[in-house]
Amino acid sequence: MIAALPETLEHRMKDAGSCGAVIASLHGASKTFGEVQALRQVNFAVRAGELVALLGPNGAGKTTAVKLFLGLAKPSSGTVSVFGGDPIHAEVRTRIGAMLQVAKVPETLRVREHIDLFSSYYPNPLPLAETLAAAGLQEIKDRVFGELSGGQRQRVLFALALCGDPDILFLDEPTVGLDVESRRVLWEEIRKLIARGKTVLLTTHYLEEADALADRVVVINRGEIIAEGTPAEIKASTAGRRIRCVSSLDIETVRSLPGVNDVRRDRDALEIRAASAEPILRELLARDAGLSGVEVTSAGLEEAFLALTLEHNNA
Amino acid sequence: MATVSTTFAPSTWERPLNRTLAIYLKEAKYEFLTRLRLRAYSISTISFPLMFYVLFGLVLNPKDAAVGGTTIATYLIPSYATFGVMGASLFGTASGLAAERGLGWLQVKRASPMPPFAYFTAKVALGMMFSTVVVLLLLLLGFVFGGVRIPLLDAAKLVAILVAGSLPFCAMGLAIGYFVGPNSSVATTNLIYLPLSFCSGLWVPIMFLPKLLQQVAHFLPPYHLAQLALSVVGAGQHESNWTHWEALIGFFLLCLGVARLGFQRDEGKMYG
Repeated sequence: MIAALPETLEHRMKDAGSCGAVIASLHGASKTFGEVQALRQVNFAVRAGELVALLGPNGAGKTTAVKLFLGLAKPSSGTVSVFGGDPIHAEVRTRIGAMLQVAKVPETLRVREHIDLFSSYYPNPLPLAETLAAAGLQEIKDRVFGELSGGQRQRVLFALALCGDPDILFLDEPTVGLDVESRRVLWEEIRKLIARGKTVLLTTHYLEEADALADRVVVINRGEIIAEGTPAEIKASTAGRRIRCVSSLDIETVRSLPGVNDVRRDRDALEIRAASAEPILRELLARDAGLSGVEVTSAGLEEAFLALTLEHNNA
Repeated sequence: MATVSTTFAPSTWERPLNRTLAIYLKEAKYEFLTRLRLRAYSISTISFPLMFYVLFGLVLNPKDAAVGGTTIATYLIPSYATFGVMGASLFGTASGLAAERGLGWLQVKRASPMPPFAYFTAKVALGMMFSTVVVLLLLLLGFVFGGVRIPLLDAAKLVAILVAGSLPFCAMGLAIGYFVGPNSSVATTNLIYLPLSFCSGLWVPIMFLPKLLQQVAHFLPPYHLAQLALSVVGAGQHESNWTHWEALIGFFLLCLGVARLGFQRDEGKMYG
């Protein structure tokens, strides 16, 4: 399998479109750090040419999954395979680009020097000018890393991930801590990678980011995959509403209404979670003339995860 | 662990030798540039031994003062050169490694196809390069301002001994870098570096130290390097050079072993 040349891969990708062959996968992968179980029996595959977002809150196991794919950690049980091989081997790594969360990068090297060094690790790197262009760094190529803004720093790390012209890129929280403008610039650059036939796995805790970029979203929480689908599907299942109201109806009755996910009493009010608010409001108003203090809010991502986790646990 | 298996069949892929060599060179070149521009390292590593030499070897010393027939200005060149080599080697390896390990940069490099050994080689090469600079500058100072006349061949021998002698201290720096945190690396290194220098007779000639310290010095690696260097100018304690080399080689291997333990511990954390 490892003998598959990049040409062969490109060929396959053209044939199969966005549903290419599986090029990276975790099979029943678990990872424990001491007492902490970071991943539990995860099965997960990335296909050639797709952009997969691994979405989850902090501490969900996203970074651990990326580290397994990069050969920076070994699964406690299960297997990891990238291009049919173990990513610990340099020959597999020559086809992988990685962007990790890093607290400190040598600050006295210039942008182009960092890129020059990383390019030298790969057999067929992009020309410097092309890497600079792909990451939007032409203007600042002679600046030393320490002088760059947060957004520029992330773009340099992005450039280091793509300079070797790898077939697959793993981007761990590429836009974390960036302002809206820098985030959009980086999104644009990630989209261009896909347009050039690359495969990308990125992790994020922004639903919006997964929605903006991904062909497929995999939701992970507490080390387990709890949902998987297109961004539209994920949004539908997570875009819940929270209804708060004061009602004389008892909690069990409300819970039994169709479309209600969860109800709890908060002081004198009821807090109802549901996929959409309108049908439930209609029911409530019909059954309780004295309904008052109605507030409808959209559930945040945290709640969406909670909803997904509840569904997952009930399933 | 028994459940772990891989689908990977070891293959014969290898990077062509010339490309591997190119990576090693580039890694060393950029390590050098990184550190050269980091004034906290480059300026202090080079200026401290020079400052000491100017102060104690040139300014504060009466022209005719001598240690066992060697002028102070000559005697202090091998001494402070050893001090400088130790500093360049320890700080060139320990603090960089500790910071890059602790703050995630090493992991970015390890995720790339970089040959891991290139990373360490670059750090050691850096320590040796700065060591060379320190020794040459001390010789120059002595020649121009101290009236020091060492035959060219002996000067070359002195440089060669000291640069080779930087290796054990580079290894020691790697060992330290693997066992200290990114914020404490400089303080820890100083805690080892400064007392070790003093007790090895690098600041005050060894015969002026208390008898007990003179005994202790025999167990300290910088003492042996300083004695090797001093023997070139006909000073020092006139002990067997083989003993000094053996001590340094033994210490080098010991430090490499400790650094390797640290490497394996880190890899175990990552890959275990």
